[in-house]
Amino acid sequence: MISTPFYWLGDTPSRIGLWFDETFVSRQTLMEDNQRLQQQVLLQEARLQKMSALANEANRLRGLMGSSRLLEDKVVVAELLGISPDPKVHKVILNKGTQDGVYVGQAVLDAYGLVGQIVATTPYTSDVLFITDDSHAIPVQLTRNNVRTVVEGIGDLYQLRLRYVPSSMDIVEGDLLVSSGLGGRFPAGYPVATIKMIDRDPGKSFVTVYATPTAQLNRSRYVLLVFPAGDENKGVNESVQEFDGETQPLDPNPELSNNQVNGE
Amino acid sequence: MRWLIALSIIFAVLLSVIPVPFDWRIWRPEFVALLVVYWATYSPEHFGVFSAWVCGILLDVVSLATLGEHALGLMIVAYIANLAYQRIRSYALWQQSAWTLILIGVYQLFTNWASGLVGKSIETIDFLGAAALTALFWPLLVVVLRKIKIRFRLP
Repeated sequence: MISTPFYWLGDTPSRIGLWFDETFVSRQTLMEDNQRLQQQVLLQEARLQKMSALANEANRLRGLMGSSRLLEDKVVVAELLGISPDPKVHKVILNKGTQDGVYVGQAVLDAYGLVGQIVATTPYTSDVLFITDDSHAIPVQLTRNNVRTVVEGIGDLYQLRLRYVPSSMDIVEGDLLVSSGLGGRFPAGYPVATIKMIDRDPGKSFVTVYATPTAQLNRSRYVLLVFPAGDENKGVNESVQEFDGETQPLDPNPELSNNQVNGE
Repeated sequence: MRWLIALSIIFAVLLSVIPVPFDWRIWRPEFVALLVVYWATYSPEHFGVFSAWVCGILLDVVSLATLGEHALGLMIVAYIANLAYQRIRSYALWQQSAWTLILIGVYQLFTNWASGLVGKSIETIDFLGAAALTALFWPLLVVVLRKIKIRFRLP
């Protein structure tokens, strides 16, 4: 509460800078931007068409397997207001608070991956703890083989660490880690990090692995706040796969529900 | 006099939360500690350990730190500065700068120790670089505040 005006004032110079950038921009730059963005929209729409077909297919298959459906999460854009001045703390302040429905524990994304989670809120601001803070850890899984593990921050903005990885585990450099949804805090399936270095010491029973966060933690001014769709579906997605034979389909009519998804 | 102290402290708190890139934060000068040293040296009758504690708590709240972390360091620094003000005020500016460097170093050692208690210490002594930068601001601060005091006819 007390800190809000300080951060707001401290952010003023960069806001004025942005305003200048937006106001005094040449017509040619705007036209170039417009053209580039239109092309980008076209490309992504094409990709999206394919994606929606694939999502439908995946949901139908999941329905057949008896798993719960994958739902799309809602996101809200928030803007960076300030950065924690303490070099040991990886926190930033956003310009959305409880007035906008932000709550403690909410996941925060940027365009490239998971950024962190909300740890404190005021009516008009909220504090985000980055995944790189050394008090933060997040359950993840490898996209290549669905092995689950935990990634923790070490207070370095460009590095995360996986401790206690068994030396027999199938993990190679370049593997993508996505949030697994276990623990119920982060929604499943968002990219977190890529494996950068594997420190195999034959004398130790565990391997220490280092990974690079996919999110651009020191660049993005805009982040996305995730409002997960369907609260009870979190974390269930995986465990259900192991009990294929025993569980009954949750949704007796997958075709119907798919149509509903399309309608949304 | 009191309004000038309060305004300068608030301005220093503002300067210490202005967003800078993540990797530069370790080099940010300790503006609040600098102001506390200044007021504890030049107006010890207005600014003592309690005022330093108030400034520290304000800085803790604003900078999302552990409550009391900066307050501890600032109280110790204000106490030392209050003890030595008569000698320090007769020194040349560059000698005062050196004194500031030592005091800010003490302040940083204590805040780093306090944050180490919650597992957030910096293991290297890189943070002392910020103390050196802060000491460079001392002559500027003294000259500017002297101008302001003369302008508003303050002692």
